[in-house]
Amino acid sequence: MAEDKKFTKIQELTYELKIKDVMTKKVVTVHPKKPISELREILYKKGISGTPVVSKGELVGLISIEDFIKCLAQGEMNALIEEKMAKKVETLYADEPVVHAVRKFDQYGFGRFPVIKRNNKKLVGIITKGDIIKGLLKKLEIDYHEEEIHRYRASHIFEDIIADNTTLTFQYNVVGKDFDKAGESASGLKRTLYRLGIQPNIVRRASIATYEAEMNIVVFTDGGKLTASVQPHQIKIDASDSGPGIPDVKQAMRPGFSTAPEWIRELGFGAGMGLLNIKNCTDKMTLDSKVGKGTHLEAVLYLN
Amino acid sequence: MTLNQAKEILEAKVITGLDNLETEVKIGCASDLMSDVLIFNKPESLLLTGLTNPQVVRTAEMADIKAICFVRGKTLDEKTIELAKDKNIILLMTHLPMFESCGRLYKKGLVGLGYLDINKKNG
Repeated sequence: MAEDKKFTKIQELTYELKIKDVMTKKVVTVHPKKPISELREILYKKGISGTPVVSKGELVGLISIEDFIKCLAQGEMNALIEEKMAKKVETLYADEPVVHAVRKFDQYGFGRFPVIKRNNKKLVGIITKGDIIKGLLKKLEIDYHEEEIHRYRASHIFEDIIADNTTLTFQYNVVGKDFDKAGESASGLKRTLYRLGIQPNIVRRASIATYEAEMNIVVFTDGGKLTASVQPHQIKIDASDSGPGIPDVKQAMRPGFSTAPEWIRELGFGAGMGLLNIKNCTDKMTLDSKVGKGTHLEAVLYLN
Repeated sequence: MTLNQAKEILEAKVITGLDNLETEVKIGCASDLMSDVLIFNKPESLLLTGLTNPQVVRTAEMADIKAICFVRGKTLDEKTIELAKDKNIILLMTHLPMFESCGRLYKKGLVGLGYLDINKKNG
């Protein structure tokens, strides 16, 4: 059901990130044959409350500050770690998604889980709730930076190109009658223009115009092409198809005039505002159409 | 008005964008005609609609509409939800009908665009 679909970006990342991406790799470990008394130094110096017990790289147990305190109270400081450690240890695999760790923390209420390799059970790290939080924050920051870098690189392209005339051309193929895909071209162009560093209100007007033109191609024709030519001073959008053509262009431009079929109207389109909207969103628009040959729409937006 | 406030006023459920409910919306817009939404809309607005197909999200994406509230408790298309997640558009759903939704929001200070000339340049 729709209402159960509350899925946040953080939740998404807990599926995307693996435990090995967020765990602490440098783990303080102790050998099972050491006496309990040596724990004091290790736990105190490293500021930790528990540590995995490892023999020949393999995890054999877990010993915590609680175990140490118990031994202290009972005067068993010379006992070996292997006698006092927890031998049945809950672990996580390095290649599991972080969401498994989140569930395990909830389920057991422990402060940490050792992380082992799936094939040979070797200890490769340790994970705490703090590691998960740090890992998620880092990933969010990286994603944010990547988008910034894309935008930065692209927005300097005109400065970096040396030529008397520069035109960047982006071409999109529009599939006719495919309502599900309708808008993908306009969406792609919008993102591209945004990355080129073009002013948001111009990007918005160009996107709306392109989307309307794309809808017209989807609704009325068997397909066509959208081309955006970006120059330092303007964006030109061309929409062309070889579809049925418009018998009376002047009439088609009139607000509210529409020949859209009923199924399109039910979907919220075909109100007879599309062409007028393209005209209103752009600085110059021309429309050529021949019945049986196709339609060519050209719209220009000036930059600055 | 924040989306959190709008959500309270409309007794709405959050479908996507739970992390972004502090987003501010300045203008309300209600229509089942997407072409009208594209003509009349201004950015930073909340769209109320009874239509639930993915093109509603596309329309919002193109017009920089931050959030959509579906009225009359309609069941949403999976594709609509997927697209909204992908495009970071916040989706709410209320069981209230359209007129009631608009009235409640207007009363609490979310305004519309006022008089609009459809022949005027958008910009």
